[in-house]
Amino acid sequence: MADSPAIAAEHAVAEQALRHHFANMEQQRESSTLGMWLFLVTEIMFFGGLFAAYMIYRHLYPGAWATGSEHMSFWLGTLNTTILLCSSLLVALSVHAVQEGESKKTAWLLLFTILMGAAFLGIKAVEYHAHYVEGAVPGRWWHLHDVPDPAHVQMFFILYFVMTGLHALHVTIGLVLLGVIAYKANKLAYTPEYHNPVEVSGLYWHFVDLVWIFLYPMLYLVARTHTG
Amino acid sequence: MPEHSEHVVPKKTYYLVGAALIALMVLTAILSRVPMPGELNTLIALTIAGIKALLVLLFFMHLKYEKPPLNAVVLFAGLFWLVLLMGLSMTDYPFRAIFGVPGH
Amino acid sequence: MAANDAPERENYLTASYGVRSWLLTTDHKRIAILYLISITLMFFIGGFFATMIRLELLTPPGDLMTSDTYNKMFTMHGIVMIFFFLIPSIPAVLGNFFIPMMLGAKDLAFPRINLLSWYIYTISAFMILYVILTGGVDTGWTFYTPFSTTFSNTHVLLAGIAVFINGFSSILTGLNFIVTTHRMRAPGLTWGRMQLFVWSLYATSVIQVLGTPVLAITLVLVALERAFHIGIFNPAVGGDPVLFQHLFWFYSHPAVYIMILPSMAVISEVVPCFARKRIFGYTFVALSSIAIAVFGFLVWAHHMFVAGMSLYAALVFSLLSYFVAVPSAVKVFNWTATMYKGQVSSHTPMLYAFGFIGLFTMGGLTGLYLAALGIDVHVTDTYFVVAHFHFIMVGGAVMGYLAGIHYWWPKMTGRMYPEVWGKIAAAVVFFGFVLTFLPQFVLGYLGMPRRYHAYAPEFQVLNVLSTAGASILALGYLMPLIYLLWSLRYGEEAGPNPWSSAGLEWKTASPPPTYNFEQTPVVTWEAYNYEDYPQEVPVGR
Repeated sequence: MADSPAIAAEHAVAEQALRHHFANMEQQRESSTLGMWLFLVTEIMFFGGLFAAYMIYRHLYPGAWATGSEHMSFWLGTLNTTILLCSSLLVALSVHAVQEGESKKTAWLLLFTILMGAAFLGIKAVEYHAHYVEGAVPGRWWHLHDVPDPAHVQMFFILYFVMTGLHALHVTIGLVLLGVIAYKANKLAYTPEYHNPVEVSGLYWHFVDLVWIFLYPMLYLVARTHTG
Repeated sequence: MPEHSEHVVPKKTYYLVGAALIALMVLTAILSRVPMPGELNTLIALTIAGIKALLVLLFFMHLKYEKPPLNAVVLFAGLFWLVLLMGLSMTDYPFRAIFGVPGH
Repeated sequence: MAANDAPERENYLTASYGVRSWLLTTDHKRIAILYLISITLMFFIGGFFATMIRLELLTPPGDLMTSDTYNKMFTMHGIVMIFFFLIPSIPAVLGNFFIPMMLGAKDLAFPRINLLSWYIYTISAFMILYVILTGGVDTGWTFYTPFSTTFSNTHVLLAGIAVFINGFSSILTGLNFIVTTHRMRAPGLTWGRMQLFVWSLYATSVIQVLGTPVLAITLVLVALERAFHIGIFNPAVGGDPVLFQHLFWFYSHPAVYIMILPSMAVISEVVPCFARKRIFGYTFVALSSIAIAVFGFLVWAHHMFVAGMSLYAALVFSLLSYFVAVPSAVKVFNWTATMYKGQVSSHTPMLYAFGFIGLFTMGGLTGLYLAALGIDVHVTDTYFVVAHFHFIMVGGAVMGYLAGIHYWWPKMTGRMYPEVWGKIAAAVVFFGFVLTFLPQFVLGYLGMPRRYHAYAPEFQVLNVLSTAGASILALGYLMPLIYLLWSLRYGEEAGPNPWSSAGLEWKTASPPPTYNFEQTPVVTWEAYNYEDYPQEVPVGR
């Protein structure tokens, strides 16, 4: 009994996507997923160096860390965290959609995710500008003097800018990646049988969210007890 | 074509996890304002962050559903290595004052 | 088949012609050859800098070059040899070529990423060549702050970027190997039946994936401090230069295991073959590779005993450094036990293996001396340390690389190298090596500091011996370059398995066809089943 045209078309997508050195699609899918997880581990270690520096300097300069964190906008930070958490939900739903054969829905969900990611970056730009104006950008632009222990407060800001800057770079790369996937999903390039690119791109985006889950308390919630 | 062995997580699970993540964020934000002794604020904030991360890893990133759990092993190896970097570096800094620095 | 018939079947070399077919290849074997050419070139460039160093050190005064220039010589020697030769060498050449074959696979898991790896390596190599041609770097390959971030007037930024980019090549290769080993083993090929070469390269890949990113972020931080005065290591804003060292050595110590594990991988293949005997203690050798990879991450601060970190850290890392020697010793014992009551022959790969075992053991033992705090305080930053790591890197890693090149040359090229010249060159290399580096242990113990272009006159005799040795060693390295190239045209044609080796990679033609095997093998045998093989390596070789 022959497959219906729709199912035959789906099979064709999967067959075309199978790379010649793999024995079958399952091997390809599992390899691709494992590859992405290994890449994410390299990202953990890449950010990890910064986390180690943060921990060491916070241990050394707790007062400066409290001062620095007070200069963060609690509300913008919380808003950005909310945005990223919701975007992760959307990405998870987009994978679900393509698993159920709703490739167009995947495209829409990813589009909304991209918009949310862009909003995240916009808010970060607003924050960075505010810091620039108050003189908290480290290096040659530093002129934040009316704080206790300004030298070590600058170290807090060095870590703030490097960590969130690197994170923002990864968000940007993620937006491009999701954009490509959304475009292809819209063109029905993915089926329930073959949609691993959507999954591994999703993994990347979730990772970006994971880093922020830690950056939020580390940068915005230090010693907030006396700020009311 | 045989059905692939991939598990489809129900949407309801995703919505519940999403809600839990937001709730935990609100919790950590509120608790950060509550004065606590010593480093308890930090400890609690990091614990909540850890729980949020675990939810994302297990449900959104499907680690709970993959058999055998190779990807989970890979991920936790990465986290463990980060702990190694941070932990072993901390044999240095807190102890400089206590044990001294050779040559100084 | 008569000795000089052209091969009848198409193989990976003859499958397609033209520059594009090579530069756009995704065949892991062709990519291995591309790497072979690149790293050979970089090896001789690194060797040029070594020549400059040894020439300067012939005489006590700094009379051949200024001290600033000398600083650039040892810096470029280190950077080129470590990042552009040693780290890629065996993984990118022999690993790329043979991991899929030993797993019975058609290629690595990600062939296009494999090619990308080579392009990233090549781009970084061009960058470092540009750095060399425009004045070099003088910070030492270790880039210590604050000299690298603030005070050096050389191309630190560009060199740092080149090494940063190079790191991605290493990461992607490691990632590829890990996925391939997990996902692409042939039917019947369990982890316990895998050749030890794969185990060791798997362990190497784990280090590459976990460690290299930390080097990457460290270089980013140095670049930020240098370019934008964002002083994460700057004491003026509470920064600690020793933090740079922690982050740097967190990678760079495991990096030395990236350099030695693949060589050990080769020895684990060569010794059973040329002793005609199953490896002794397969499980222990396999697990020792993993142990080296793990323990290797626990010892980095033994490079920092006198750097200004706490005594407690020094004690912890000293103790941990003793433990890391154990799995290496396990391997040495097991290789030796493999040879016991075996039918040991002295073909060139085995000669290099003998050299490896002896010299690596000496180098490793002197590492234990350095792990002892009391001794380290006296010999750190002296030639004792220089001798220690050259015994391992040159006496160990490079000899292992040459063993592997000779062992697998027939498989890769379909030609035999001239065995007599192989033996002569191995002897020259061994003798040259010992003459170069053994005096340096004495020099270091007597107090000659490293990275100085002048030294006290009483050290001259030993330095002259060392330089003499270096010139012999250089000759020893030129010889294989010549006769291996010669063999491509005039070498005796090799059959599929000239060594009667039990490895899976030998169960196909030499050179192999593009897809490696006519049919995907089904593995039903344990590795190193030499009891099933003819007693001797064929006569005449």
